[in-house]
Amino acid sequence: MITVNNICKSYKAAKRNAGFGESVRSFFRREYDVVKALDHISFTIHDGETVGYIGPNGAGKSTTIKILSGILTPDSGDCLVDGRVPWKNRIEHVARIGVVFGQRSQLWWDVPVIDSFELLRDIYSIPPEIYHKNKDDLTELLELGELLRTPTRQLSLGQRMRCELAASLLHSPDILFLDEPTIGLDAVSKIAVREFIVRLNRERKTTVILTTHDMQDIEAITKRVILIGKGRILLDGDISEIAASGDIDRTVAELYRTYDI
Amino acid sequence: MSRFITQSKKYLSFFRLRFAMSLQYRTAAIAGIATQFAWGFLELCVFQAFHRTDPEAFPMEFHQLASYIWLQQAFLALFMTWFMEAEIFESIMDGSICYELCRPINIYHMWFARSIANRSSRALLRCFPILIAAFFLPAPYKMSPVSDFTTFLLFLISMLLGLIVTVSLCMIIYMLSFFTVSPQGLKILFAMTSEFFQGNVIPLPFFPSRLQKIMELQPFASMENVPLRIYSGNIQGDQALKAILLQLFWAIVLTVIGRLICRSAMAKITVQGG
Repeated sequence: MITVNNICKSYKAAKRNAGFGESVRSFFRREYDVVKALDHISFTIHDGETVGYIGPNGAGKSTTIKILSGILTPDSGDCLVDGRVPWKNRIEHVARIGVVFGQRSQLWWDVPVIDSFELLRDIYSIPPEIYHKNKDDLTELLELGELLRTPTRQLSLGQRMRCELAASLLHSPDILFLDEPTIGLDAVSKIAVREFIVRLNRERKTTVILTTHDMQDIEAITKRVILIGKGRILLDGDISEIAASGDIDRTVAELYRTYDI
Repeated sequence: MSRFITQSKKYLSFFRLRFAMSLQYRTAAIAGIATQFAWGFLELCVFQAFHRTDPEAFPMEFHQLASYIWLQQAFLALFMTWFMEAEIFESIMDGSICYELCRPINIYHMWFARSIANRSSRALLRCFPILIAAFFLPAPYKMSPVSDFTTFLLFLISMLLGLIVTVSLCMIIYMLSFFTVSPQGLKILFAMTSEFFQGNVIPLPFFPSRLQKIMELQPFASMENVPLRIYSGNIQGDQALKAILLQLFWAIVLTVIGRLICRSAMAKITVQGG
């Protein structure tokens, strides 16, 4: 179970106007803007839920995921994930979660995927039986097969994303965080990724928290949607209520306009 | 005990992966060996010119210098400071650090193990051809065998400590780059300074004796300077032991400093690039 209570996080960003004179001025006196990435965020997610976390760019989605996965420390507020405070018990915490960042890679670039898997096996201290079972299951479900023997740099984005998903599930995590997992994928790969996540949630009861801009991901995978904008939670409810009016893309665009985000 | 085994397995596996990776870059290894060999030979020629002008003023025996230079070239990957992990700097700069922080492992330990693995696997792959060739060179240029077993043992210990000092110095640079927008300046400044002060350009005995005394106390002198001079017989007995103790001192101090900076970096970390 994940409980998030009044989490706040702000960043400091250097600001200046255009022009050479301005650059020189900012060299001597820098002006900062405080950007509130998260402004009193609270929600609760139960075991086995699938939650879509949506909002426009810069709304604070990734920041939330990074706090929940123990990477960032919030300025204030509390958060408990299965009894652990992510940023305080980081090592203990991350051993029980899986994370996929769609825009980055966790596989070693120059060596075959299987080498990265074995490194992860040792880092997470996965017992051999569990490692083999998970690897075989994931290979079958995600149709990895020969891909495992290929160096990461020679994989297409869709192939790589399937390997990334497998890599983050080798240690059978209880919770899976997906930060834009379908970004840049073609239709076939998108469907493969979606179907896999749905199946994972159904069969292993893995809690899935997903951020995306692709509303079809949301429709296909999640039952619950949390809408965030300008660092605040605007809506938290069942997907069927939001999608009731038909075209989910339009509905969401409408929501963004209504909340002026 | 079993905890210890699983823990060390984590770090050993970096070594395995690194070694596998280094084996993949065959051409780079061959080119590296050729470069090191040519470079070592050139250096020896320059020093020989000095030696011919005035052998009395030469602070080392020439055969000691030859061993010093060949070892330096053979184990370049262990001690050269400009050879830092580009991946670590990239991950700090572009934000892929978030994957590193998602692993159930202390980040300082992980990068430390990775650096040791990276350096030693590179060195292991390249040292033998250079050493073997250097042993078979004609007289003044050839590498001499080690004088006795104790010296060899001291040499090995001091190599290991030198590697640890090198890596912990690099760790401090990695950690400091959490606080800068670009690590480039830090990197160059550090590489230049340490290259000069560790005796990579000119071995430390060639410096004026008072300057040399100060230089020898610095952490940079605890890198390649000690093991290379122990092997070649330039420092012996008590002097060698003292130098090794100083290496141990710097290894501890530098790791403690690195870990302190690491802790404060983790508390204020921001992931760049969304």
